[in-house]
Amino acid sequence: MKKNWHGYGHVRLLLLFFTVCILTYYPSSAFAHVERGQAIGFVTGLRHPWSGLDHVLAMIAVGLWGAQLGSPAIWLLPVTFPMVMSLGAMMGLLGIPLPGIEIGIAFSAILLGAMVFGEVRPRLVIAAVMVGFFAVFHGHAHGTELPAGQSGLLYSMGFVIATGMLHGMGITIGLIHRWPAGKLALRGAGALITIIGVTFLWKALT
Amino acid sequence: MEGVDVNAHSGKNAGLLVALVFLLRPSLAAAHLVTTGMGPVYDGIGHLLLTPEDFVPMLALALYAGLRGAVSGRRVMFMLPLAWFAGGLAGSTIGSSLQFPIPAISCLVLGALVAADLRMQDNAVVILAICLGLVHGFFNGAAMRDGAGTLGLLGIMSIVFIAVALTSAFVISLRRPWMRMAIRVAGSWICASGLLMLGWMVRGRM
Repeated sequence: MKKNWHGYGHVRLLLLFFTVCILTYYPSSAFAHVERGQAIGFVTGLRHPWSGLDHVLAMIAVGLWGAQLGSPAIWLLPVTFPMVMSLGAMMGLLGIPLPGIEIGIAFSAILLGAMVFGEVRPRLVIAAVMVGFFAVFHGHAHGTELPAGQSGLLYSMGFVIATGMLHGMGITIGLIHRWPAGKLALRGAGALITIIGVTFLWKALT
Repeated sequence: MEGVDVNAHSGKNAGLLVALVFLLRPSLAAAHLVTTGMGPVYDGIGHLLLTPEDFVPMLALALYAGLRGAVSGRRVMFMLPLAWFAGGLAGSTIGSSLQFPIPAISCLVLGALVAADLRMQDNAVVILAICLGLVHGFFNGAAMRDGAGTLGLLGIMSIVFIAVALTSAFVISLRRPWMRMAIRVAGSWICASGLLMLGWMVRGRM
């Protein structure tokens, strides 16, 4: 048993990374100074992507799908999402309108969850384009909500790192794909994300 | 034997007593002159470490040089600090009040290079390092014109040298493919942050 555990060095490393990320994020009330400037910009950016369940689910779904698809999608999809998301956020910052943002976000949860549920394996380009397409909606929504008066770079870095952490969570959970029961659990998680996405769509349309 | 033990205990007690006396009688620990700061060299070091707009692009270039190999790493390690210093001297002489989104563009370009792991000749990497050093150094020099001055620039140069050496060496030492992939993911985060920051800057001017 011990030998097997040692055989999964990278799994342990990912679990350690995941734990450190959570512990880093956990203490939220130690503000020794007035809430402005560089540090608070980073913290605000770090917190922002966690603020909505629709964003969280979609980003975790990207990680889960990447883990199901394996290399190179496991790293390409989480790289694509933040970069295109930033493009969407830039559109939001510049005031370029994008119709149906909430519907697009809801559809991202529905379709990405469905991909995980069905273990769909499209060509890498198609998967990347699909993830990138939905990233624009998420980015635009974040871009229009960005607070003013804080360090732009540190806010942006916190924002992107938090998004990456959510993908990392998805990938870490997705590592259970190597076991038969894990494969089933992942498909169940995909179905759950799709169902929750449908409720988001319902809310967006009514 | 008894006599030896007693002497040993006495010596130990005497040592503890002396330590206690020293602890109870602290004198002023004037390691730095708080009225004048830490001195211009340390001001320069602190400036780079505490300014993400300069530190992150430098880090991105060091990561990229590391990905390109030992030759690029070595050349960038020497050329970037020198260019930074030369740019700083020019900036402190000429001065500038112009505002360019240089950090955002640097993060965007260098982050994209790291994320794409783009193959580039060693000389081209050096040219990139010289350009980065001259531009960032110029604005540093202009900003420190009435402050830390040339000694401050020396501090910046030294910390750039150390940071590039450590970062590049670390990246060069990575052998497993997934570790290099992690560096590329970090590059994508830097690129995305640059894009977001560019949006912030453009919005600030509108």
